[in-house]
Amino acid sequence: MHDMSAHAAQHHAPTSFIRKYIFSLDHKVIGKQYYGLALIAVYIGMAISWLMRFHLAWTNARIPGLQWLSSVGAPGGLMTPEYYLELMTMHGTIMVFFVLTTAPFAGFGNFFLPIQVGAEDMPFPRFNMMSFWITFVAFCVLMSAFFVGDGPPLSGWTAYAPLSAVGAIAGPGQGTGQVLWAISIALFCVGQLLGSLNFITTTLDLRTKGMTLMRMPLTVWAWFITSCMGLTAFAVLLPACILLILDHVAGTSFFIASGLVINDKMLPHSGGSTLLWQHLFWFFGHPEVYIAIVPGVGIVSHVLITNMRRPLLSHKVMIGCMGALAFLSYMVYGHHMFVSGMNPFSGLVFSFPTLVITIPATIIVLIWIFSLYGSKLRINSASLFALGFISMFVSGGVSGFFLAQPSLDIYLHATYFVVGHFHMVMAVAALFGIFTGTYFWFPKMTGHMMNESLGKLHFWLTFVGTYAIFMPFHYLGMAGNVRRYQAFVDDYMQPLLGVHKFITIAALLTGAAQLIFLYNLIHSRFRGAPAPPNPWEATSLEWTMPSPPPFDNFGGKHPVVYHDPYQYGIEGSSNDYVMQDSPEQIHTVRDEK
Amino acid sequence: MAKLFAVTIFVIAIASAVPILMHTWPMPVDISTHGPLIDEQMADTMAEAGIAFLAAQIILAFFIWKFSGRPKDAKIGHFPGGAMALVIAAFLLVGTEVLALGVFGTKAWAAVYFTPPAADSMPIQVQAGQFAFYFRYPGPDGKFGTIHPDKIDEGNQNFFGLDPANDPAAKDDIVTAEMAMPVNKEVHLLMHSKDLGHSFYVRELRVQQDFVPGLDLSLHFTANKIGKYEIVCTQLCGLGHYNMKAYLEVMSQTDFDSWLKQQAANQ
Amino acid sequence: MATTTHEPPKIEPPRDPVGQDGGGGGWRNLVPADGTMRDVQQYSPPPASLGVWVGMAAITMSFAAFTSALIVRQGASPDWRHFTLPSILYFDTLVLLASSVTLELGRRRVAAFMGGLRSQAAPPAKWLYITLFLGLIFVAGQYVAWLQLKSQGLYLATNPSSSFFYVLTAAHALHVLGGLGGLVRVIRKLGKSVLRRSTLDATSYYWHFMDVLWLYLLLLLWSKM
Repeated sequence: MHDMSAHAAQHHAPTSFIRKYIFSLDHKVIGKQYYGLALIAVYIGMAISWLMRFHLAWTNARIPGLQWLSSVGAPGGLMTPEYYLELMTMHGTIMVFFVLTTAPFAGFGNFFLPIQVGAEDMPFPRFNMMSFWITFVAFCVLMSAFFVGDGPPLSGWTAYAPLSAVGAIAGPGQGTGQVLWAISIALFCVGQLLGSLNFITTTLDLRTKGMTLMRMPLTVWAWFITSCMGLTAFAVLLPACILLILDHVAGTSFFIASGLVINDKMLPHSGGSTLLWQHLFWFFGHPEVYIAIVPGVGIVSHVLITNMRRPLLSHKVMIGCMGALAFLSYMVYGHHMFVSGMNPFSGLVFSFPTLVITIPATIIVLIWIFSLYGSKLRINSASLFALGFISMFVSGGVSGFFLAQPSLDIYLHATYFVVGHFHMVMAVAALFGIFTGTYFWFPKMTGHMMNESLGKLHFWLTFVGTYAIFMPFHYLGMAGNVRRYQAFVDDYMQPLLGVHKFITIAALLTGAAQLIFLYNLIHSRFRGAPAPPNPWEATSLEWTMPSPPPFDNFGGKHPVVYHDPYQYGIEGSSNDYVMQDSPEQIHTVRDEK
Repeated sequence: MAKLFAVTIFVIAIASAVPILMHTWPMPVDISTHGPLIDEQMADTMAEAGIAFLAAQIILAFFIWKFSGRPKDAKIGHFPGGAMALVIAAFLLVGTEVLALGVFGTKAWAAVYFTPPAADSMPIQVQAGQFAFYFRYPGPDGKFGTIHPDKIDEGNQNFFGLDPANDPAAKDDIVTAEMAMPVNKEVHLLMHSKDLGHSFYVRELRVQQDFVPGLDLSLHFTANKIGKYEIVCTQLCGLGHYNMKAYLEVMSQTDFDSWLKQQAANQ
Repeated sequence: MATTTHEPPKIEPPRDPVGQDGGGGGWRNLVPADGTMRDVQQYSPPPASLGVWVGMAAITMSFAAFTSALIVRQGASPDWRHFTLPSILYFDTLVLLASSVTLELGRRRVAAFMGGLRSQAAPPAKWLYITLFLGLIFVAGQYVAWLQLKSQGLYLATNPSSSFFYVLTAAHALHVLGGLGGLVRVIRKLGKSVLRRSTLDATSYYWHFMDVLWLYLLLLLWSKM
């Protein structure tokens, strides 16, 4: 009898505010919490990028009010060199971890993965709740670095040892700030490990009747593949962070070599391996790039199919390519270290899989583009961003040809070419994936439609603005402009300052366009037209339920799935689509041979 | 809207290619003997990546133009060949392309890393520290004195921690703040880090290599043009990173000899 | 029903091939596109069993990272100092192995009890308590090992070898403590008759995994220290 009551208690909606909105066990609330966290983080990260860009273009100009944020870092509003690097570190860390990982993966994934496989919730709701709150604490710890000690660390989001390991002697923020950074990332790893555990188990165990693996939508596949990567990648970064913290606070020498002299003082450490940190970090770091982008690939496919009114040329090939990306991502991490002092033979060994990874990436792009052929493309904010994603993914992807080759990396490493490459292919493309998902799923998540005109305006400004910012980065890099400089004081880079000013203006304007998005989100949340259950005439299970979905998703019943996920373009049917749970008999649209 | 979007993609794709084709912001002229291999590889990659970029963007734009806003009763068309054709095309085209790039690129990489320095190459040591480079020439005895980290004393100009009193090899070492090298003579650069990770980057030499604390690496290269070039640090090393640089002067052999003599007198 | 007797814990109902709508999903059956149902449903393990395997994969990955760090660090410079492992570690190993045996005894008894094969008044938690006790002894034993090292003047920062010793044993001990937490939960649920078979199994898999992990670590430490 006890069991029954416990069972029942689990499936009744909680009534108290705290259980319902704060420490909620409901995957949908947790998904929204993750999305909200990413939203706060992305605007902070963007504001930081504004400050950095402004400083790069007008190095000696004062930024009014900046002294309020840090009187040491920006006395009188004039940014110091170290404060620039501290902001840069925070920008990278916030964006990579708390935006590009949380929003497309943990945010949308939590909300939609259980629904799309027909489950009531994740199998371990308590772990799920802990996953979010640990991530939230990680974010707070990171933010606290702004306000304690002498500011955030300045060692970049990659935190290369020994700069990140020797402590305050290496520079401002390298004491307390760097330790807080490492604690924050270690916590983040724990949070994402718990999340990945839930994602994998949900996908494998909680699929409803008829939901075979091949009937899962591409989003589910993307999240599943991502969580497999997350499980292995974060499990490696966590020990690395622990060792880094110990080097800091316990005086160990994991990453600190012997005989280092800073300020004429010889450090007491001995024999640590500098490259060890880089190996551990990039073993995580490269899969992390795919953790950011693969959910975007899934979301874009899902949205594009709905708006093309036809399935992709091949469902299976798409899944295979995402899997291949994930698999290869573990074999290529050394391409970040071509000039790091690794054995030059390893450079070649890492170069080939890196070049090979362009094959699945190319197939993904070709499938998207050639699926457009003969389709009935609908243009709306979501599909515009999805198409924009493809364009970005191509533009950022082709520069990978250069960076995959160690011989060219000799020249291009640590230049703005690299910055342009990863911003386009990882950062902006993943952000376009987030925008795509937002415009597409907002009605389902909130029960309100978003404003389409504002959405399209947002798209145009963002699309053009992004190219205006990040294409010139490649030109700067080709010309030999090095990255992570707070000012271009030398004779060589001075003539390139004009390009930097152009980029800064583009960045300020494109950033401002993001305020339209924010306004649209908030306004539509409260004033948007009520959303019907299936506004986009889509087929997957999330559209079978009211918007927003009720607490128990399917009303205590389990849907039965009869069809492949993307049955569009059905001839002879009353609609041109058949939902996954519709018992209607049709000729299944399968992969084209 | 869709047609405007298609045009926008087209215009952006073309506009992105223009500065590359016009060489608006070119790579600086190469001054090294191994550089032409890298430059050639760069040009080949640019051509292949550029074609891939333009083709993908233009086909994307064309399909958006062609297939958006079709009437409700329009039939779904089928791309002849389907997914298999695309997979085969990707493997053939991209596969050959990356294989070619990979194989030919190895040549340039090998020229830098897999050939031993010539027996008569000139050894120069460079030490990187927060936020300066120092260079050391072995002097007439051809031997570098041992580095003693505990003896490093910047106030007394002992940047390398030498001990000339007890170490005869250190006595005639010449320490300089800028690097000079004779033209057309191979230099064997021994890299040592005093404190943290740094990097040695000379754009014109097509050389970039990190300093690894605790691990002394070496590079060798030959410059074939006289001139003054910038050496910059490209590995984030702290607040002064942006200002960490030195100059490389490539001189004729006679100029170099007199320069070195003068430096020795300054010690 | 007499109020004094404990009700046997509820067994997971056998998976009914047709019309199981109230459960937690878990169907890997195929429903053909024409809508007719075929009875090809397969038994799918409850999430706790899969979850524990996934968790063990992540832990394996972390310890693999520690191991590779150890090997790289040892090769990085000649400052690695060898020392003899504290002898109590071998005692701890025996304790941990014994705890796996007792847990397995306990699990069999509880399973038999749940299956109604044994008519017994109270759930047989005795072996579980013994396992819990042995687990605590193991953690205490590890603590004694640290004290022994300390008395030899080997601290966390003394040498990379001692650093890795402390880090690896502490990381493992933390995971063992997690397992003890799981065991306490199992005992509490058993007392309240709400234990699911899958929870019991998952906890014991995890416990045995800690055993195997420890044997691996002991071998690693023994060969490297």
